Amino acid sequence: MTGFEQFFVELADTHPKWNFVYFYQDVERSRIITGIYYTIGLSILTVFFSVVVGLVGAWMQGSKNKIARMTVQGFIQFFRNTPPFVQLLFFYFALGQFTPTHSPDGWLEVPIISNFGWAVISLSLFAGSYNVEIFRSGIEAVPVATREAAESLGYNRFQSFTKIILPLCFRICLPSLNNNLINLVKTTTQAFGIAVPELLYQCISVYNDYSTSMNAVMLLMFIVFFLIVGLIAWSSNALEKKLKIPGYGV
Amino acid sequence: MNTWTEKEPILSIKDVHKSFGELEVLKGVTLDVMKGEVICIIGPSGSGKSTLIRCVNALNDIQKGSIKVEGVEVNDPKLDKLSLRRKVGMVFQQYNLFPHKTAIENIMMAPIQVLKQDPKNVEDRAHTLIKKVRLQGKENSFPGELSGGQQQRIAIARSLAMEPNIMLFDEITAALDPETVKEVLVTIKDLAHDGMTCCLVTHEMGFAKEIADHIYFTDRGVIVEHGPPKTFFTEAKDPRTKEFLSQIL
Repeated sequence: MTGFEQFFVELADTHPKWNFVYFYQDVERSRIITGIYYTIGLSILTVFFSVVVGLVGAWMQGSKNKIARMTVQGFIQFFRNTPPFVQLLFFYFALGQFTPTHSPDGWLEVPIISNFGWAVISLSLFAGSYNVEIFRSGIEAVPVATREAAESLGYNRFQSFTKIILPLCFRICLPSLNNNLINLVKTTTQAFGIAVPELLYQCISVYNDYSTSMNAVMLLMFIVFFLIVGLIAWSSNALEKKLKIPGYGV
Repeated sequence: MNTWTEKEPILSIKDVHKSFGELEVLKGVTLDVMKGEVICIIGPSGSGKSTLIRCVNALNDIQKGSIKVEGVEVNDPKLDKLSLRRKVGMVFQQYNLFPHKTAIENIMMAPIQVLKQDPKNVEDRAHTLIKKVRLQGKENSFPGELSGGQQQRIAIARSLAMEPNIMLFDEITAALDPETVKEVLVTIKDLAHDGMTCCLVTHEMGFAKEIADHIYFTDRGVIVEHGPPKTFFTEAKDPRTKEFLSQIL
């Protein structure tokens, strides 16, 4: 046992309410590591896919096709007007019944979309619905005249969207996009509800094993999320500075 | 097949009607422009002059009539917009440069991204164009770091980079102060001397008089009077033209 571990064993002895069991107990340590791993994985995947959903939605919103526009509108209304936790349960328990199964070991039938998969899908769509509106606000802030200039230079809708409108839109909507993505990272804790082994799930497991570790796991939760969100906020600010256009107002 | 030859008008507008909802902005406009000609369209605000040249570039559609560029009908749902826009360059009142790109990138973007031309050639051409609009040294400035007149000249160079056959200028000096107006007008004069076909919507009467081969006066959606500048300014017949000219000359 290292001195570091010895310190926390003694701390738990002298102060029973501060049992940092995950620092000196292998099983609990591996629980927390798995939890952090899943939380970060869930965050990266949902952030990525929610931005993709947002971009595709914003593109479809500008479409000439009325059905495409109405689909996006319906999507936004559904995901914005219902609680993300209810959506998560609905996806996993309701839709999960109808997904095909496969049998990797020849005995057990497992659905092809795992609870982790459903969490990624459901949370990406939830945050994606907000991202559509965030991107729309950015796109609308790009002057129509700029779009016309691109059009008169022969750009088609897709070229002008990707080469001219998006780079400008992104600079405008970065702060609000950042807000939504931070919220999303925090919402990943709700995947606990469908037993995704992310940090909250693991912390509760640790607590269930050692009820004296409550303060220690709570503190850990705060610190880990504080650091993850801090990292996102910091990199977003750095990006904002990097993208700043000399002499441009936005 | 397109059988257009240079003996026919490069731009032929016939009985064009354009409405925005209930409001009819163009009520039957007809005019022809030959290759190498410079025409100026003047008239009070709201008379439809900007709308007219926007229709030529298919930025606005028309309800009735015909616009032909090098013999190709613009008012056609099957119009190949890219081939039209390669032939027709347009410069706007508010410059509308892409603010996130430097001056030279603004000029190079469309030929590289739209026409898929070789970046090396495009860059050489962009340097030539910057020299042509007298902005050497400003290649790497962003639009926000340039004055209005400089931005407008970059915008002209950006259109020219597509190597169009016709240039449309939509009140391009209206947002500039009198001193910078001059530097932009000099650029256009150079273009006209090089034989570029130009359609200008303008309020600069002195300039129109000097540069135009033909002047059109529009009011309330129709061409009221037109003629070569020599006679247009001195022998206007229509009372509306006379009134307009008396106010500004």
